[in-house]
Amino acid sequence: MKRIPLTAWIGLAIITLNLAALLFGPLLAPFGEEDILGGPFDPATALNWFGLDQNGRDMVSRLLFGAQMSIGVSLAASLLSFSVGLPLGFLAALRGGWVDTVLSRLVDTIMCIPVLISALVVLQALGSSLPVLIVTIALLDSTRVFRLARILGQGINVMEYAEAARLRGEGAWWLIRKEILPNAAAPLIAEFGMRFCFTFLFVAGLSFLGLGIQPPYADWGGMVKDNQQGILYGLYAPLYPAAAIALLTVGVNLVVDWLLAGRTRPQGEGR
Amino acid sequence: MTRRDFPQLETTRRGLLLGAAGLGLATASGSLNRAFAQDTPRKGGVLKLGMGGGSTTDTLDPRVMTDWVPLNQAFMLMNGLVEIDRNNQAVPELLESWEAKPGAAEWVFTLRQGVTFHSGKALTVEDVIYSINLHRGETSSAARAIAEQIKDVRKLSESQIAIELTGGNADLPFLLSDYHFLVVPEGFTDWSKPIGTGPFVYESYEPGVRSRFTRNPSYWKPGCANVDAVEVIVINDVAARTNALMSGQVHAINRLDFKTVDLLKRNPKLQIVQSAGGQHFTFLMDCTKAPFSDVNVRLAIKHAIDREQLLKVALRGYGQLGNDHPIPRTDRFFNTELPQRAYDPDKAKHYLQQAGMSDLKVELSSSDAAFGGAVDAAAIFRAAAAKAGIDVTIKRESPDGYWEKVWLQAPFSMGYWGGRPTADQMLSIAYASDAKWNDTHWKNAQFDKLLLEARGLLDDAKRKEIYWTLQEMISNDGGAMIPMFGDYLDGVSTQVQGVTPHPMFNFMGGRLAERVWLAA
Amino acid sequence: MTALILKRIALGVFTLWLVSVLVFAGTQLLPGDVASAILGQSATPESLAALRRDLGLEVPALLRYSHWLWGFVQGDLGQSQANQQPVAELLWPRFWNTMFLAAYAAAIGVPLAVGLGILTAVRRGGVFDRLVNIVALGTVSLPEYFLGLVLILVLAVQNPVFPSLADVYPGMGFAERLDATTLPMLTLLLVTVAQIMRMTRTAVLAVMDSAYVETAYLKGLQTGRVVLRHALPNAAAPVVNVVAFNIAYLITGVVLVEAVFNYNGLGRFMVDAVAKRDLPMVQACAMVFGAAYVLLNMTADIAAIALNPRLRHPR
Repeated sequence: MKRIPLTAWIGLAIITLNLAALLFGPLLAPFGEEDILGGPFDPATALNWFGLDQNGRDMVSRLLFGAQMSIGVSLAASLLSFSVGLPLGFLAALRGGWVDTVLSRLVDTIMCIPVLISALVVLQALGSSLPVLIVTIALLDSTRVFRLARILGQGINVMEYAEAARLRGEGAWWLIRKEILPNAAAPLIAEFGMRFCFTFLFVAGLSFLGLGIQPPYADWGGMVKDNQQGILYGLYAPLYPAAAIALLTVGVNLVVDWLLAGRTRPQGEGR
Repeated sequence: MTRRDFPQLETTRRGLLLGAAGLGLATASGSLNRAFAQDTPRKGGVLKLGMGGGSTTDTLDPRVMTDWVPLNQAFMLMNGLVEIDRNNQAVPELLESWEAKPGAAEWVFTLRQGVTFHSGKALTVEDVIYSINLHRGETSSAARAIAEQIKDVRKLSESQIAIELTGGNADLPFLLSDYHFLVVPEGFTDWSKPIGTGPFVYESYEPGVRSRFTRNPSYWKPGCANVDAVEVIVINDVAARTNALMSGQVHAINRLDFKTVDLLKRNPKLQIVQSAGGQHFTFLMDCTKAPFSDVNVRLAIKHAIDREQLLKVALRGYGQLGNDHPIPRTDRFFNTELPQRAYDPDKAKHYLQQAGMSDLKVELSSSDAAFGGAVDAAAIFRAAAAKAGIDVTIKRESPDGYWEKVWLQAPFSMGYWGGRPTADQMLSIAYASDAKWNDTHWKNAQFDKLLLEARGLLDDAKRKEIYWTLQEMISNDGGAMIPMFGDYLDGVSTQVQGVTPHPMFNFMGGRLAERVWLAA
Repeated sequence: MTALILKRIALGVFTLWLVSVLVFAGTQLLPGDVASAILGQSATPESLAALRRDLGLEVPALLRYSHWLWGFVQGDLGQSQANQQPVAELLWPRFWNTMFLAAYAAAIGVPLAVGLGILTAVRRGGVFDRLVNIVALGTVSLPEYFLGLVLILVLAVQNPVFPSLADVYPGMGFAERLDATTLPMLTLLLVTVAQIMRMTRTAVLAVMDSAYVETAYLKGLQTGRVVLRHALPNAAAPVVNVVAFNIAYLITGVVLVEAVFNYNGLGRFMVDAVAKRDLPMVQACAMVFGAAYVLLNMTADIAAIALNPRLRHPR
């Protein structure tokens, strides 16, 4: 078995922890999501390890409930966005010509409008329910996945082995499965990790504008926004959800780094 | 996104007053209950205000102003006809005195003499008539509803005008204090650079961003226009606003976040100005739709909310308990003897039984567009109502289009009203059967009759009796659950002197810039 | 090459047109319209009708769009529906504000990030590398408004080094403007430098592993020369891509930072315009953002092709 470096172990541990929170969060929470136990920003006690949030609810419980919401939504959106963007991107790369032009135009058009604004328009028109939220984010995000897949596909497509395969008579689907995917796997997984983290922060940004996950449900990004004023007075309240977000993001990134280590051909993009 | 508030009447604290003839409208109190230093005003300095409630689509056109920032800015440049002082009394501004004929449908107003516009032109009766007429007739003015009561405005002499109403209204001076009735020169239309008689002169203005006005050296009001210039920076985000105050970038901010007021208080360089007023938060039941058409259901709901808890959590205690009617404690006709309704799940269940139900399921439309924290308040109500056998589902609506699509239409929704200086105005606007903004669709012929009667009465004692009855009617029969009134909260640096609370709205009723001065 | 550029420009213009259609259609779907947004709670059916007439909202949508398009191609951005001022007057000052902040952040950020990326790649595995990576990971993992607030706390409230509001106005001195915008610039820096640096590092590392770099070393070349003349040009494509992407973000995606610092930029302006359903303003902003995005995209695309001989000469 390949030696897995320490950082990767840490990353995997963090991810496992969060998956546990995702699955069992509400069961582990000492209090309810909406229970008001005291005044805003009350300090930590034996019962409330992290103190209370801006509405007087237990921070620990909200974090655990929020795990389900935040991680769940981000995961769903990322999976959806990949299942849309990836095949379309490869298709555009392989077919070229008309298909490529039309798809690229469409994607470029959507990407031209700042993501937050597009999300704003859609969510205001259709409401901020969970399915709408997930699908909106997924579709907006799939544009970036599309671009990456397309560039990766193009890069590999011009390689000699791809050309050889085409000369052999292999079809597009075969090419995708056997030539492109294996070689593009690493950057794609890395991208998945980045997209996942980005969705987190994106939902948090939407909460800032009042469009993300709706109260009283907890989600980490929304909790940062709700508690943000605490920072100015030296309170710890907003740091907890921010730390939760950061921790998961760091964990995912550590694993992604490990997967990418030693890989060549980084002809992908950043975020 | 800014919350659009209702056109509000403004109040300013008049010091020692000029006789307001005719109606026994008391002049301002002698007790100048200033919280801060009492010296005479010092001239000089540049006042910097950070305000929420502005947007790039703001304008200084008095017909279209509906938000806080333009309201304050308009008062820096222009004066109104009548002011409301800190005791909720109508006191003279550009109209010096007034008299009503019995029946309160015909009035004579005397114009203040010796006032000049920033352009140097003297204030005349024609200017006042022109300014009032901006809101009458075919106009998109937000004050149209008020102006419609005016049948005729005409000049009587170089210093007097007559106003004739469609029906008797003893509160006409209060109506004229509406912040839309600002005075500009006759024929004036260039709203991008308003000229008025106000304490400051236009220098620069970027809607929704900032403005700068400089002192009017020949301002007529004594003890006012003390700072050399006033700058307004529009900061809609309450966190950014608070930061600006805490880092000293501005001298004062309006509309504090209830949740952090206690924390701000600890800062020795700041003072919190708290004003009890008429703004209140409503849970509105449509009396024409089941199940709310049954008064027992309405009463059940009214007993299913823990008002004290709501006040404590939503407003952090900065407010007053509401008794399911819209008249605040600060109003001189407030019914002090109506027993305060309290949280009583058993009584709620009892009323449900009277209505023939063992439990109740309702859907409450809510949005933070109704008022900041409305959705949280809905959650608190939900928890309390559950114990009374009432299952409340919260339907969160989008803030945009809330006022157009949800308010006045959903069977059970949330709303907000700014304060009005007169009981008549508040009741007429929302509780009369034919009121345009009757958000509970409650229709009671007896109520309408009494309301009309009280409006034309010039005798305060008789009016009080009627208004007490009306409040009782709304509280026991109406469709609005009004659990609390909210205080207006401003944060001000200790450098600023002369700031006082005000019952109408933040920043001394919008006239803070006119009054204050900066310490040396 | 020129043919390529011309083709790209044509495509870009076409994309912009599609954006305008999309944005127009999008705002039509929104509940409420500019009249109800202006009048808010005090709207009555009469005053709404009067205002709608005044603003010309009675005209059918397709016609309104055509009017706008016709005016736009002639350089007329139209008038704001909500306050009757020419859109151009409202737009350009904010546009320059946004560009100023973006330029401020990019001028410092890009060289810094690329430099750090190269350095950490060259010294891979060392303490410096690990440290920089951890910090970068940290900043990338936090919401940008959170970072902004922390900066405000530390550098404005507790220690008044910078103002907490990025308050800019026309006629301001250059030094004063820099002072006002430093905190938002730092926030943006934290966000973008990390991304660019990580990508640069990955790209350079990958290239450093390849045969020709090894050959260069074996030939006896110094690290500096190897990196600059042999590795970097080959790693350039993904780096150019991520830099272009981040610059696009700096121009179009900073609405939250603008909100935290109350900065009078284009992002907030567009959010405001959407909230008001003020169509001319929304369209104008969309065009500006679209153009910026299309241009940067085009540059990145062309650079990627130019730098990859395999794509330059497709077979």
